Amino acid sequence: MSCEEDIRQNTIRQFDFLKDFFKVIRPRRLSAEVARDRFSEVFDFLVHQEKFNILCTITGTDEGDDLGFIYHLAREGGITLNLKTRAPKSDPVIRTITAVFPGAEIYEREIVDLFGAKVQGLRKGNRYPLTDDWPADEHPLRKDWKPANGSGGEM
Amino acid sequence: MHNSHEHEHEFKIPLGPQHPALKEPESFSIALKGEKILGVDIRLGYNHRGIEKACEERTFLQDVYLLERICGICSHSHSTAYVQAVEEIAGLAVPPRALYIRTLIGELERVHSHFLWLGVAGHEIGFDTLLMYTWRDREIVMDLLAQLTGNRVNYGINTIGGVRRDIAPEQGKDILAGVATLEERTKYYIQIATEETTIIKRLSGVGIISKEDALRLGAVGPTARASGVDRDIRREDPYAAYAELDFDVITDDHCDVYGRTVVRLKELMESFKIIRQIVARIPDGPIAVRAPRKIPAGEAFSRYEAPRGEDVHYVKSNGGEKPERVKVRAPTLANVQTVKHMLKDRFLADMPIVVAAIDPCFSCTDRMVGIRRLDGEKKEILGWESLRSFSLGWHRARGFDVTIAEKRLHQLMEH
Repeated sequence: MSCEEDIRQNTIRQFDFLKDFFKVIRPRRLSAEVARDRFSEVFDFLVHQEKFNILCTITGTDEGDDLGFIYHLAREGGITLNLKTRAPKSDPVIRTITAVFPGAEIYEREIVDLFGAKVQGLRKGNRYPLTDDWPADEHPLRKDWKPANGSGGEM
Repeated sequence: MHNSHEHEHEFKIPLGPQHPALKEPESFSIALKGEKILGVDIRLGYNHRGIEKACEERTFLQDVYLLERICGICSHSHSTAYVQAVEEIAGLAVPPRALYIRTLIGELERVHSHFLWLGVAGHEIGFDTLLMYTWRDREIVMDLLAQLTGNRVNYGINTIGGVRRDIAPEQGKDILAGVATLEERTKYYIQIATEETTIIKRLSGVGIISKEDALRLGAVGPTARASGVDRDIRREDPYAAYAELDFDVITDDHCDVYGRTVVRLKELMESFKIIRQIVARIPDGPIAVRAPRKIPAGEAFSRYEAPRGEDVHYVKSNGGEKPERVKVRAPTLANVQTVKHMLKDRFLADMPIVVAAIDPCFSCTDRMVGIRRLDGEKKEILGWESLRSFSLGWHRARGFDVTIAEKRLHQLMEH
């Protein structure tokens, strides 16, 4: 069995609800989708037990009523996992992962600015990447934000 | 607020914000006590151009050219990372010849970027002779890139499904001749960097980051490899033609600016090795397959070993002709977070070379340093040049003299 398939089996043995949501896309590419309330335990398992100890970045997406979050995790040997979760726009709260990956701070701030996510436990600090005077309720990477009605001016 | 004696000597120095070479310009706010750095606060985003949003408004093909312009130094890194993701979603089988050409341009880009860095590093420590020589040599690779792609920067060689220009056999000869000269030169620079005591002393122990910290903070590229992190996307997650090419991943255990210098110099030798293999083995055949205007719904995550480290792109398609989402993380964003640790408890005079040593695309001229006493009585504004002069003077007063290294380099080059 391939290493990718091993990782999948180990993970769904631990979390059987992932059975239909953990996929081997191709060699070295895995994808998993997990509900927000189970995210932390799955994340911890993958990082500590399955050795996904590299965080490439975090991608935010606009999924209509929800915000999507993709944690691009990698491990030695080039295997990369897109670990996805969602939060409703009405309650866009996720927990910080900076305790495990201090370098995630800047990626989390990016999601706060560009998508309007709220990251619980993220320490106070400079915003990124928008300017200090950018309105708090405008999040340019949301699909309903257009340059014309935003304060960003012309693109 | 600052009534104790100690605080009278504590300064806060803003460094930045303008640094428009990349997606991530930076501003450092440095707390100083005497000459010692107490802490560094980093503010990024001043040059945020909304490229990811702009990508959603353009077609998949237009985005190749937009993303190539994220950075003028590693433009090929961005366009390759992006087209790889789109090709994976569309299920395109890129012809082997195209993959070899992509790899060739990628390695020539690494060569020009590392030569550029070596010159900047020389300049920041007052070794301008090195800058003059390396930037002269760099023209050889710039000419090759111009000859092969039509452009010195933003090569426009990539397209979705392959590359846009083929390579003629006589161009292979020019590449080999250029590489032979550059390899000779690189040997001199390796000799200077590893044998001249002044260079070794000036760079050793400066900008230290341990292997543990480099891993914890997510450092990438030569910054990580110089702290003993044996990681290179070309080997770990091979893309383009790398799986068929033979090369070594260079690491070093010095964990300082000296180590980063050695890693980049030795990486140049590996790049020459790769380029020679490409010229010798490039397969015949077409250079592109036709890509559909509409890309099927799907997503892909693409990793690329840029000269500065891992560059990642995530692309999602909803089945239309414009992407639903394009996400980019350039290597400097990962590395800039290590600078805080490299500078803490070190001297202000080492700041220029420490910042330069992560290779954050130093083409900007707008950097300003304002030195202000915390009690707000005095204000003094220093440009990057003044900070550099201060750094040179500070080290000269402590017996650091590059003239011996300069003489040695002249001798080597005259042979």
